[in-house]
Amino acid sequence: MSEAGETLVEIRDLHFSRGSKAIFRGLNIDIPRGKVTTILGPSGTGKTTLLKMIGGQLKASSGSITVDGLEVGKLSRKQLYDLRKRLGMLFQSGALLTDLSVFENVAYPLREHTDLPERLISHLVLMRLHAVGLRGAKDLSPAELSGGMARRAALARALVFDPMMIMYDEPFTGQDPISMGVLLELISTVNSALGLTSLMVSHDLEEAMSISDYLVIISEGTVVEAGSPEQLKSSSSEWVQQFLRGEPDGPVPFQAPAPDYETQLLGKLR
Amino acid sequence: MNSRTTEILVGFFMLLFFLAMFVLAMKVSNLTSLTSTEGYTVVAKFENIGGLKERARVSASGVRVGEVTQIVYDPENFEAIVTLKIQNTFNSFPLDTTASIYTSGLLGEQYIGLDPGAEEDFLQNDDEITLTQSAIVLERLIGQVLFSRSGGS
Amino acid sequence: MSRFLENFGAYWIGILERLGRATLFLFQLIAAIFSLVKRPSLLIKQLHATGVKTLSIVLVSGLFVGMVLALQAYNTLIDFGQEERIGTLVALTLVRELGPVVTGLLFAGRAGSAMTAEIGLMKATEQLSGLEMMAVDPFKRVFAPRFLAGFIALPMLAAMFSAVGVMGGHLVGVEVLGVDANAYWSQMQSSVSFTHDVCNGLIKGLVFGFVVSWISIFEGADCIPTSEGVSSATTRTVVYSSLAILGLDFLLTAVMF
Repeated sequence: MSEAGETLVEIRDLHFSRGSKAIFRGLNIDIPRGKVTTILGPSGTGKTTLLKMIGGQLKASSGSITVDGLEVGKLSRKQLYDLRKRLGMLFQSGALLTDLSVFENVAYPLREHTDLPERLISHLVLMRLHAVGLRGAKDLSPAELSGGMARRAALARALVFDPMMIMYDEPFTGQDPISMGVLLELISTVNSALGLTSLMVSHDLEEAMSISDYLVIISEGTVVEAGSPEQLKSSSSEWVQQFLRGEPDGPVPFQAPAPDYETQLLGKLR
Repeated sequence: MNSRTTEILVGFFMLLFFLAMFVLAMKVSNLTSLTSTEGYTVVAKFENIGGLKERARVSASGVRVGEVTQIVYDPENFEAIVTLKIQNTFNSFPLDTTASIYTSGLLGEQYIGLDPGAEEDFLQNDDEITLTQSAIVLERLIGQVLFSRSGGS
Repeated sequence: MSRFLENFGAYWIGILERLGRATLFLFQLIAAIFSLVKRPSLLIKQLHATGVKTLSIVLVSGLFVGMVLALQAYNTLIDFGQEERIGTLVALTLVRELGPVVTGLLFAGRAGSAMTAEIGLMKATEQLSGLEMMAVDPFKRVFAPRFLAGFIALPMLAAMFSAVGVMGGHLVGVEVLGVDANAYWSQMQSSVSFTHDVCNGLIKGLVFGFVVSWISIFEGADCIPTSEGVSSATTRTVVYSSLAILGLDFLLTAVMF
């Protein structure tokens, strides 16, 4: 099954709307197995929504998402939960359970889904905590951790079940340069050392470019451009160039859609 | 907080609850007298029971011997049928015992008083007390007094 | 005018929608309760959070309510020379009404609002989403233990409230005002029925526990995941719970007594 193909996640003609606002209109993305893929896009394009849809927390209006050969929207509750056990997700805030210590947080998935003996759980948890450099913080409560440490602890928790894919929701937002470096290092070593697939959504361009094998830029509900970092840099699309260089005005206008400036200001005088 | 302390505190909480239930059952409510409800029942028919209620006291010479368990109306004989439960320790009421409805004090609750007769045989379970005296209804009493006054003069 | 009707209609449809969601939520909640058999420790933890932490306020309030009742009853009954009956009055008022109702209101303010705020914050900080992505059902691990704990704890607290209140009545009536102690207890015993009064009071407590826990957990899980959303959900929990308790109390009293 896992040898089935090079593509782990296949998104086909995905439509989704929230209220009357269309978030995705016909999205097509292939996420390759064993690589680091980043989905880039301006704020508010529904990048986090996409991750939640892959995890089956939100349902598409139409179109399909296939993860490792399983169509997420059509799974039974039990199949969905089995699939989720093979996915790890790192939330923006870490999403650690506040009433448990760091150690217990990392041990939580093991305790929930397995009957492993306490000694083995302890070993597994300490190994993961050591890998993210938090073995010394195992007895702290999540409230005592800094933002970067909370994210690392959450990464240890996401890894404890040996997932086939790990999803990162904006891993770099609001990090100081050192914890940013730590996270970048962790994400790429985790991907190569454990041989899993990483899917990241971000709007931090440079960091994403530096560790990704494959990038997808989405805007207004469709894919604008996809390819390796080099392919993107040499893209002929004006839109992509504006996004990559961070220019304030261009195909993405500086002004929000509005009636004509002159008429609005002078309209009443006439 | 570690789970051991939590468990101890919850255990303490349960203990307090049982204590509260004990107080409510034994001191506040009538469960103590309910525990001695093993007794025999007899029925008595009254023309008028006044304000008698279920669970009213049944006493002999002022001592509580049981309680009223049921009051129903018999539409054929136009009477009230009152079921009394008398404790087993008081099993020697003669067959011709009179049951009367009394009022404790001027405004108090109504209860049934038993006045023993002289028969040799005792009341058994499901027997009927045939000699009964209905409740005194105050309005009727006043009416009678007025009537006899006007009749006499 | 048509604009007004439109808004009015939308308002009521919004209420119906919420009620429907709350009902579906309740079914999921009840279905999830059975999973607690395997995890009693979760229930113990929540009994601590809801029951033990509400204990002190319930006991202190119970004591004072009982004392006040005895004082008021004495002042009224002394005019009729019936002051020995304060035991009856204190006990019946507490066991039938004030025990479950005041405990319910205190519980909504103390434990209910805490439940809403906690679940709301778990939602705002993506902890609930995180659980789902770890293939853990929040209904089984987060909501059901709180629901069951609230359901059990409220009638227990109500019983303690009544018991302490009767003691408070004794304190004022017998120790301070000089009513005969034996009369206090015997008058009480002759008019309070265990099956009729005490058990019905417990049933009231169970109903209130059910409703308050339901409202608190639903409001938490349904709130808008921002700080304003959580704070207004907490307010709604206290308001709706209190109204539900008072309304249901009338209905239950009409049916029971």
